[in-house]
Amino acid sequence: MDVSFNFDWAAAIDSIPHLLPGIPWTLLISFGGLAIGFVIGIFFGLLRISPLRPLRWLAIAYIEIFRGTPILVQVLFIFYGLPQLLGGPINALTAGIAAIAVNSGAYISEIVRGGVQSIERGQREAALSLGLSRSQAFRCVIWPQALRRMIPPLGNQAIISIKDTSLFSVIGVGELVRQGQIYIATTFTAMEVYFMVALLYLAITWTLSILLSVLERKGLAGE
Amino acid sequence: MNATTQPIVSMKKLNKHFGSLHVLKDIDLAITPGEVVVVIGASGSGKSTLIRCINGLEEFQQGILGVDGKTLQPYGRSGRALQQIRTEVGMVFQQFNLFPHLSVRDNVTLAPIKVRGANRQQARQTADRLLERVGIEDQADKYPAQLSGGQQQRVALARALAMEPRLMLFDEPTSALDPEMIGEVLDAMRELAKEGMTMVIVTHEMHFAREVADRVIYIHQGEITEQGPPEQLFDAPQHERTQAFLSRVLKH
Repeated sequence: MDVSFNFDWAAAIDSIPHLLPGIPWTLLISFGGLAIGFVIGIFFGLLRISPLRPLRWLAIAYIEIFRGTPILVQVLFIFYGLPQLLGGPINALTAGIAAIAVNSGAYISEIVRGGVQSIERGQREAALSLGLSRSQAFRCVIWPQALRRMIPPLGNQAIISIKDTSLFSVIGVGELVRQGQIYIATTFTAMEVYFMVALLYLAITWTLSILLSVLERKGLAGE
Repeated sequence: MNATTQPIVSMKKLNKHFGSLHVLKDIDLAITPGEVVVVIGASGSGKSTLIRCINGLEEFQQGILGVDGKTLQPYGRSGRALQQIRTEVGMVFQQFNLFPHLSVRDNVTLAPIKVRGANRQQARQTADRLLERVGIEDQADKYPAQLSGGQQQRVALARALAMEPRLMLFDEPTSALDPEMIGEVLDAMRELAKEGMTMVIVTHEMHFAREVADRVIYIHQGEITEQGPPEQLFDAPQHERTQAFLSRVLKH
């Protein structure tokens, strides 16, 4: 067998059209999951700072469970475990989105909590002193400022979640890594293909970083 | 002052504790509409806490507190009455507490629109008129961070006035300002006092206090030690603690 350590650029470039179909799946799972995760994060993040102790406990339990267990185990549990409970199969795409949602939701809860708690007490006092209700003070004064401060950590979380979707090749969802594996099975050009897979992830995450820094600058313009 | 007028603020045996610390002790105080009351005292004496009780930013534990015909309950259990009181009582804070994400104009229109249900157009007109009155009409489209401290505090004053309050509370309004900006804020407050606004002011500006106050209250360790017209309190303080405090703050 001829073992060559030369990187075959032609093989790498040839793999691109076979990898590209994975990108929509990667993006769909990432951003679908993150969108739901954001809603989960707002919900549990606000419960986490609720004045009612049982609600805080509920939020802490959620956060600890989904932050403290591997996302790989979470997706395997959802894809293989939950069907036993539900009595029917779950498709791989749904399982992937659900795993990103519950996992990122736990981290985003903490981001939301941190963002809201970072707003100076005087902001709330000023709003209340003007006669705004507690919910108006939150919606008009606290939340818009907290959201701006949450942009950098949310961007960070988005990048982590995008990379996490690579694990979902194990449940057969046709994302980037899975497309790479399928292609390698016929060409045996693992080095070239995984190199290109890595480059494609980098292209996605880097684009996101740039978008976020623009958003951050815009968001901070008012401050 | 008309003795038969209902007081706008009335405290009877008001007590507040922060844990084991007894911050306000049996405070009895009645403020008449139109009166300008200046509260002085060392830091930690409870003077800020006292005025923060009036709009419920601080809870108290015992006593009776009536504001603008409504009653505040101990332990912050006032519910709806508290919000009603707050719509009638404006406050200016030491740190301005402007909303940094809103333009100067939007800072001023937020509460009238959200709380009073004013329409946007009217609220804008009122805001611009108030900003003109405090001398910052040309900054209306800027954001708070683009303004100097003195300008920010004048915006904060306009923001509070936009609710047409019946009583204004000032919690050390010039303590966070550079010396050259103190004058412009005091001028705006002086104007307001002249127009007959009821004001309760916590300040270290003794000359200002002497000039605008109808009554000066000296607080020491959570108790009203002495009160009276400024000439009396500043020139002939009766209590030795008041004398000691004044000799310390008036020296420089």
